[in-house]
Amino acid sequence: MTNPDPAMDRIAIWQRWSLIIGIAASLGAFAAFQINRAEFLRSYLFAYLFWAGMALGCLGILLLHHTVGGKWGMVIRRFCEAGARTIPIMAVLLIPVLVSLGTLYVWAGPEGARDADIQSKAAYLNVPFFIARAVFYFAIWTLYAFLLSKWSAEQDRTADAGLAGRMRALSAPGLVVFVVTTTFAFFDWIMSIEPHWFSTVYGAMFLMGLVLEAFALIIALLIILSKHAPLRDYVTPQHLHDLGNMMFAFTVLWAYLAFSQFIIIWAGNLPEEIPWYLRRLAKGWNAIAVFLIVFHFCLPFVLLLQRDMKRRAGLLLKLCAFMLVVRIVDVFWVVEPGFYQQQLQVHWTDFLLPVAIGGLWLAALFRQLRARPLVPLNDPRLRGAPRETVAF
Amino acid sequence: MEIEYTGQSGLYGLMASFDRPEPLLEAAREARAEGYRDMDAYAPMPVEGLAEAVGFRSNSVSRIVFAGGLMGAIGGFGLMWWISVIAYPHIVDGRPLNSWPAYIPITFECMVLIASITAVVGMLALNGLPRPYHPVFNVPQFERASRDQFFLCIEATDPKFDLAATRRFLEHLKPLEVMEVEA
Repeated sequence: MTNPDPAMDRIAIWQRWSLIIGIAASLGAFAAFQINRAEFLRSYLFAYLFWAGMALGCLGILLLHHTVGGKWGMVIRRFCEAGARTIPIMAVLLIPVLVSLGTLYVWAGPEGARDADIQSKAAYLNVPFFIARAVFYFAIWTLYAFLLSKWSAEQDRTADAGLAGRMRALSAPGLVVFVVTTTFAFFDWIMSIEPHWFSTVYGAMFLMGLVLEAFALIIALLIILSKHAPLRDYVTPQHLHDLGNMMFAFTVLWAYLAFSQFIIIWAGNLPEEIPWYLRRLAKGWNAIAVFLIVFHFCLPFVLLLQRDMKRRAGLLLKLCAFMLVVRIVDVFWVVEPGFYQQQLQVHWTDFLLPVAIGGLWLAALFRQLRARPLVPLNDPRLRGAPRETVAF
Repeated sequence: MEIEYTGQSGLYGLMASFDRPEPLLEAAREARAEGYRDMDAYAPMPVEGLAEAVGFRSNSVSRIVFAGGLMGAIGGFGLMWWISVIAYPHIVDGRPLNSWPAYIPITFECMVLIASITAVVGMLALNGLPRPYHPVFNVPQFERASRDQFFLCIEATDPKFDLAATRRFLEHLKPLEVMEVEA
């Protein structure tokens, strides 16, 4: 970099360190793979879902932003685009899962072949169709990420006023496609770990958590980078207030969907539905469940109600960092009990793999972030004081 | 706020009118910078930043609503608990009497209900509404505040208010017109 640009320099440093840490942890992960393949894959799947969820959350926020056009989205659009452009990398990182389906998923192993109930679902749950669906999901998500990124870059160059409308026209139906494809992706990748169990709200519940974690990461990066130009000139307390409100909304939405699933299964009390909760409320796991109720809902709910929490960058940054930790606990609680029937088990790979995949993913994110200016250059909605005289 | 009829010779204040929101916002900010505190702005639509410009810092509605929501939640949960455990203790589906997950939807609904009622009632009470008489309506043009004009009124109760000086100040903001408001 020749021009003095402190924001880009910082991102470059983050990129280098993410890559170094990611590669170092990946070497350790490779050792773990040699020692115990099953342990490695279980940790890998959970870590993968957390970080792939970041990329998907970024795409979801981008689609939402283009659909509703709020000014809160203008300052984070480049972060979302960069995150969405990492989706092809996450497709590559799914390969270790796809080649070991038999180890991870009961339905793909010898046990599944003997189970009549699983056999009745074999038309959907079989290895070739599973892989074909994964390819299909990634093709669709990559297409949306590619088109929205391309048109946004075109807007930078040409200032064509029609592009904003074209992005909206793609995004509004895109949101529907996105929610349906992610729902099925999570049915495939996570829900099928316990192939006897099913819940229709599952995909949406998991997706809300992922959008929440993407918001937490993006807001944290935005706050840190808003100390420097160009974001310094655009980000105001009002933007942070709006973004804090979005985090609040997704916290409540997550709690609403998570509780909806729980109350229906609890009230029905049917033998094929309750095992999911019995496992997740078994010894050790129940402490995590209480942790999630308190720290994934109650605490952020009360904190994000407060105006100061959302308008003071320092406070909001701390909350975002905290929410990232809580999110990874939630993904762990949703994914891992499917493998361990009796009680809570945590392996050293559960700590190593999130660092390994996270390092690599963040390096990719920062690389994409440096590829474009940090704010859209020619979108009329960025100009002028935020929300002054016009609410949206 | 109580209605105050003090001030000079039955005067409520001085009012300047504008035809767009931006000059009103600018005028409100300048008036505050000039040292005026007792003033209010009137616009036919929400103008972002105007509340802060006329000196709004924070209001107690949010705290009242939070208290209302908390009371609603406790009340809703308490109601469900009292019905299921004390008043009509029936065992349903082999569950314990205090089956709290079933109470949560009612708890949530009561929280929302009481919070929204306190929001509306609290907002009206803190605004001093309903209020059958307000001096600003003595200015004939003021009816356009709900249509296409924007008004800034500096009230006579302001310690810095002086009929001549305040009029000069408002004139230099280049309004459409400066009017006296009778109390």
